[in-house]
Amino acid sequence: MIWQIDSILLVLVVVTAIVALNLRDLMGAAILFGAYSFLMCLLWTVMGAVDVAFTEATVGAGISTILFIATIIHTKGESRQ
Amino acid sequence: MNKLALIVVFFVGGLLVYVAGDFPDWGDPTSPASTHVGRYYLENSIRDTHVPNVVTSVLADYRGFDTMFETGVVFIAGIAVLALLRRTVVQRREEGELASHHLEAPQSGVVVRTASRIMIPFMQLYALYVIGHGHHSPGGGFQGGVILGASLILHALAYDLRATNKLFSEKRVLVLGAVGVMLYSGIGLFCMLLGGNFLDFSVLHAVLPATDEVMARSHGMLGVEIGVGLTVMAIMYSLYLDLASHGHLDEGL
Amino acid sequence: MDLLLPKFNYILYVVLMMTGLWGMIAKPNLIKKIIGMAIFQTSLILFFISTSVKRGATIPILEHHSEPESHAHVVSVGDQLGDAVHSVATVAQHAVDPAHYMNPLPHVLMLTAIVVGVGTLGVALALAQLVYKQYGTLEEEDIISQIEADASQEDES
Repeated sequence: MIWQIDSILLVLVVVTAIVALNLRDLMGAAILFGAYSFLMCLLWTVMGAVDVAFTEATVGAGISTILFIATIIHTKGESRQ
Repeated sequence: MNKLALIVVFFVGGLLVYVAGDFPDWGDPTSPASTHVGRYYLENSIRDTHVPNVVTSVLADYRGFDTMFETGVVFIAGIAVLALLRRTVVQRREEGELASHHLEAPQSGVVVRTASRIMIPFMQLYALYVIGHGHHSPGGGFQGGVILGASLILHALAYDLRATNKLFSEKRVLVLGAVGVMLYSGIGLFCMLLGGNFLDFSVLHAVLPATDEVMARSHGMLGVEIGVGLTVMAIMYSLYLDLASHGHLDEGL
Repeated sequence: MDLLLPKFNYILYVVLMMTGLWGMIAKPNLIKKIIGMAIFQTSLILFFISTSVKRGATIPILEHHSEPESHAHVVSVGDQLGDAVHSVATVAQHAVDPAHYMNPLPHVLMLTAIVVGVGTLGVALALAQLVYKQYGTLEEEDIISQIEADASQEDES
């Protein structure tokens, strides 16, 4: 475990989470959520939880993002706030 | 509303930061979480099960009950989405939704279709490797199942849902999901029939050729992981089917 | 500073959790609420995973040697005294030191939690689609005002 990488990734994860919540364009928010999941996957790899990171890479960055996009395409893609 | 939310959020956050002072230091090898049962798993995994990836042995053997019911929860989630969204053609006709505009489904470009057609077999092969090699490397039923589901979703994205449904119908997918849960609990019941406890794989050496009790546990884990993989694949694909087409299963995205 | 350095990670987990909670409470859009829920969930998973970290440890996949070989080695090495000494040494060599590997238990629990999480995410999104079908919008205020309008219409009739 390398604590420098860990800290940088943690800060990036928090920034991505906040931006994803504050984006008006819902499609962009969904894509940023995919990026958030992938950064989380990297963070868990650094922490030595390889199985969890693998799961997050397939589930979080793959399937969840597709499910979000599938819903957003069928609804209005804008959020007021 | 916003102010109230901020007050609640900062109250909870402040409480947690205050409590964080009592946590063991980050990365402390002697923290309470790392000294009890986790120690036992690390010391005995090879001796009990011959499985070097401790996560797999804990997932499928030591804590098999947990994983069995988690698989059940995934299956139930898939059924719930099906119950919420799925509308058959007959239902839609009765509700007067089914207009006569039967548009030609927009197909994606030839590059996307060809590339995905080449990629899908390799994805599925890799998923099978992830399931089968989960004892020795990161991976296992959950990850492999999700990759298998993703390969089906890729096909549905590149063509459309009708084309994918012709290859792999919704009914067959859901049957596979149920078969996965049944396989998991069936192996557990089979252990009971052989005289052991539920999910006690060591008694399987009576029926598996050329295994001792330790290897029988390893093989039992593989069977269980295959069950998990089937269920997860089926449910991930079924979630996409219903969410992407609003339960109509016609065009997709 | 004394508190900050060893607990820096914990504080950032709390910040992440606060972000998710804020998204769930304050954001008016249902999709944003669901994203907030997912962020909240991953922050809790992150905390659990961090309890498995041990400084100087590696991933929980054990080094394994084939057992019969090592036994043959011990037997072939020498007299009885040496045999005993060597077998002790071999046991010490082959016994796994838990301090060298991350704790696998939180990994297992959280691995299944992630997969169940995508199941709940699917159900949440399905509910959001149904709400959109019914009301034609995903904004909380519009939905509430439509529900209120419907209720007052029913009262009149």
